[in-house]
Amino acid sequence: MTIAARRSSARYRWQRRARGFGLFVLLLLVLVYTLFPYYWAIVSSLRSGSALFSTSLVPSFDLTHYMALLQDPVFTGSIVNSLIVAGSTTLISLAVAVAAAYALGRLTFGGKKLMLMAILVVSIFPQIAVMSGMFELVRWFGLYNRIGSLILAYLIFTVPFTVWVLTSFMREFPRELEEAAIMDGCSHWRILTRVLLPLMGPALASTGLLAFILAWNEFLFALTFILSDENRTVPVAIGLISGNSRYEYPFGPVMAASIVVTLPLLALVLFFQRRIVSGLTAGAIKG
Amino acid sequence: MTPKPASGSLQRKEVFAAWIFLAPALIALLLVAFWPLARTFYFSFTNATLDDPSIYDFIGWLNFTEIARDAQWWRAVGNTVLFTIVSVVLETLLGLGIALLLNQALPGRGALRAAILIPWSIPVVVSAKIWEWMLHDQFGIINNLLIGLGLVEHGIAWTATPSLVLGVVIFIDVWITTPFMVLLILAGLQTIPEEIHEAALVDGVPSWKRFWSITLPMLRPAIGVAVLFRALDAMRMFDLSYILAGNNERTMTISIYARNQLISFQETGLGSAASTWVFFVIALVAVLIIGALRLDRSTTAGR
Amino acid sequence: MASVSLNQVSKSYGAVDIIRAVDLAIADGEFVVFVGPSGCGKSTLLRLIAGLVPVSSGDISIADEDMTEVPASKRGIAIVFQSYALYPHMTIARNIGFALETSGLGKPEIKAKVTDIARMLKIDHLLGRYPRQLSGGQRQRVAIGRALVRQPKVFLFDEPLSNLDTDLRAEMRVEIARLHEELGTTMVYVTHDQIEAMTLADRIVVLNEGRIEQIGTPQELYRQPANQFVAGFIGSPRMNFVAGALLGEKARGATTLGVRPEAIRLVPAEEAHVSGTLLRLEDLGHEHLAYVEIARDITWTVRLAAHPDRERGAMVGLGWAEEALYRFGTDGRAVA
Ligand SMILES: Nc1ncnc2c1ncn2[C@@H]1O[C@H](COP(=O)(O)OP(=O)(O)O)[C@@H](O)[C@H]1O
Ligand SMILES: [Mg+2]
Repeated sequence: MTIAARRSSARYRWQRRARGFGLFVLLLLVLVYTLFPYYWAIVSSLRSGSALFSTSLVPSFDLTHYMALLQDPVFTGSIVNSLIVAGSTTLISLAVAVAAAYALGRLTFGGKKLMLMAILVVSIFPQIAVMSGMFELVRWFGLYNRIGSLILAYLIFTVPFTVWVLTSFMREFPRELEEAAIMDGCSHWRILTRVLLPLMGPALASTGLLAFILAWNEFLFALTFILSDENRTVPVAIGLISGNSRYEYPFGPVMAASIVVTLPLLALVLFFQRRIVSGLTAGAIKG
Repeated sequence: MTPKPASGSLQRKEVFAAWIFLAPALIALLLVAFWPLARTFYFSFTNATLDDPSIYDFIGWLNFTEIARDAQWWRAVGNTVLFTIVSVVLETLLGLGIALLLNQALPGRGALRAAILIPWSIPVVVSAKIWEWMLHDQFGIINNLLIGLGLVEHGIAWTATPSLVLGVVIFIDVWITTPFMVLLILAGLQTIPEEIHEAALVDGVPSWKRFWSITLPMLRPAIGVAVLFRALDAMRMFDLSYILAGNNERTMTISIYARNQLISFQETGLGSAASTWVFFVIALVAVLIIGALRLDRSTTAGR
Repeated sequence: MASVSLNQVSKSYGAVDIIRAVDLAIADGEFVVFVGPSGCGKSTLLRLIAGLVPVSSGDISIADEDMTEVPASKRGIAIVFQSYALYPHMTIARNIGFALETSGLGKPEIKAKVTDIARMLKIDHLLGRYPRQLSGGQRQRVAIGRALVRQPKVFLFDEPLSNLDTDLRAEMRVEIARLHEELGTTMVYVTHDQIEAMTLADRIVVLNEGRIEQIGTPQELYRQPANQFVAGFIGSPRMNFVAGALLGEKARGATTLGVRPEAIRLVPAEEAHVSGTLLRLEDLGHEHLAYVEIARDITWTVRLAAHPDRERGAMVGLGWAEEALYRFGTDGRAVA
């Protein structure tokens, strides 16, 4: 009896170990699948000349492509442009969205449901569907081939998204907190700026970062509304890097450029990881 | 004293304040979303061109019929639908698998969750370029690996072989968007109370059955929302196909087709009509999926 | 001076009536307690008085001035919430002084007033801390301080002690009574705690489903409940009820009869008004509670000073003085 019991408990232990090992292998596969391409891009960006064609997984540290990129005014210019565009879009959307989210999350008024619906509907608009109207608008404001056109156009996806997510954060505050502020004589503006906003730091950081990523990565409008190289944003600039001839394809420089424009973003994403997850799912699940 | 009717200056003040706070967002959306959309609808009934969109005539439904007669449009529709269905199904299955894996009590779960965010947070251009390089016919690491393993003799020209290119686009899209699926499904998983699993465990319910009759049904809302988001995104996909294959007929999506008419051929009228088509196709898909979700919710709620 | 009066005040959310035509006059300096079952509209009524929620119809006046459409902060009212609702990102000093800051008072004056009030509430050593660093009782004191600083004419409390443990609750109850004595301000206090209601109130308002069932001093409500609802609600353990038919003669035509647990004695069978089976005995130390099944599915509670010395399952006779019997008509109203 005791021997049998010991034998069966040994079997369970063995089973548990096998399961743990299986999970570990699966996890490794997932990690290779998601991370290896990026790792390979880093490795390739650090190789020049014929070393680029090596299949060794060990990186070397040849910074040729990086030096060349940093001396390329078009590329550095595109980074500056992207920073301006994504930064301005984020700030404008946050400002606009915080106010709207306060109304939608905390005030009672007829037509609230309708407004929420309208904002949600905008987020399913395909970009192409507003393209010709947007083109006309951009020209009309005299923004064609200027980065201002992108700041304007990007509001179409950053505003609905930020309003939606911030509204769901706004709803989380207990009613009494706001009522205490009302009793203390606060106007709606003061409640928003002095009581609620200081408590929304994490929400603003995650929502802002997501909006920044959306704007930083956008391709279609950036390709369409900007004509000249010096006004391009990063994604289009990378898309347009080409070799000296048809047969030479500049993968080294492209990989280096890719790493340069994504590393800062990745650092932020990793840093704000937890908050990004809550921001993304707040919009999706609670909505 | 007779009671006052609900006049409510207090109430009116709040309503007024609400609209003031809402105004900037509403104005922004009217300006950059509803107005341009309305103009697109409007232009689709004209023969306007891009150089001077102020000179045009109304030509009724001509643009729409012209597009309906264009074989290339229908190819684009076919590509888009195929792309959407295959990639969303693959992403969902893969995302579900990875989410279940990450939901296990593993050491370093937070770090893993962060790592898996990478493909989603880098620009599509970058992902496309990285994979293009990895799939390069001569120097790509994938072909080298396949040759090294003796699976193929010569490198495969993945992006240049017509029958493979849509598959490559789908493959890369799955790589890019699986993290999004994982996150949403993982959030869904975390809303399932631990006790339910524990109760089933104590009752000796086998693990596949626990998954099939507990986990999956409870995940349905989360998966439904994730599929909705992804399907709408896939239907309007532009950048990945465009970067990888330009105007290749095999991968042209409806968004690429519409942009060609609009920008490359400078046909504002025709392009707008194509864009209008895109809008209504996507609206239809949205209504269908949301309807299915509602139906699902009401039937599961009734149980 | 700061009396409060409600005239036919109603509140509905959509089609749901939460407060139904409430008339209430609260005298200056009075301590009025609202009691009633959960969800009956106590908090809503308090919010209506505060102006945090607009009325659907009716008028509210404070100090004989119509306040129905006056914004909350201009009514001279302060409110203390059950959840404290302190501003998490502000120090205790700023929490207390925030109303003064909002009204544009100068920094030195704010500091002086805040220090005064903090000293009075014995929280002056906490002024530099944040709410999360305080215990529940300390937070409650801060919330009261925040209300006090505005020198309100009327104080509203919404279950202020519900989140505290028993000891602290007793301590704070005494504190609030002392505050009322010192300030002489009109106070309206919501609670579901009988002891708080009975000890603090000049008058108690019993609410049920958005209506006032009865208003009166604690003794009046206890001795002369206007109806069966109030009779059952005030007093703990609750009053025992039985259908009039079961007592025959003594019912004198009443539909329902009631006797308080503390009015019942154990008596020999021949003297008993009713008798039943002893189901269970609870020893609470200072008293004993006996549960007696007097008829199928009707169990009465009896409060006894000493152990009755009977076995579980024994038949016991229950008796009471004639004036301890309450009689209610078909509509639930008390009848003589
Ligand atoms: N803003 C609101 N919208 C709709 N119903 C509400 C709102 N506030 C309170 N209620 C409803 O009013 C009723 C009374 O609530 P409340 O006054 O908080 O009860 P009490 O404080 O007596 O427990 C409850 O049924 C509650 O659901
Ligand atoms: Mg309440």
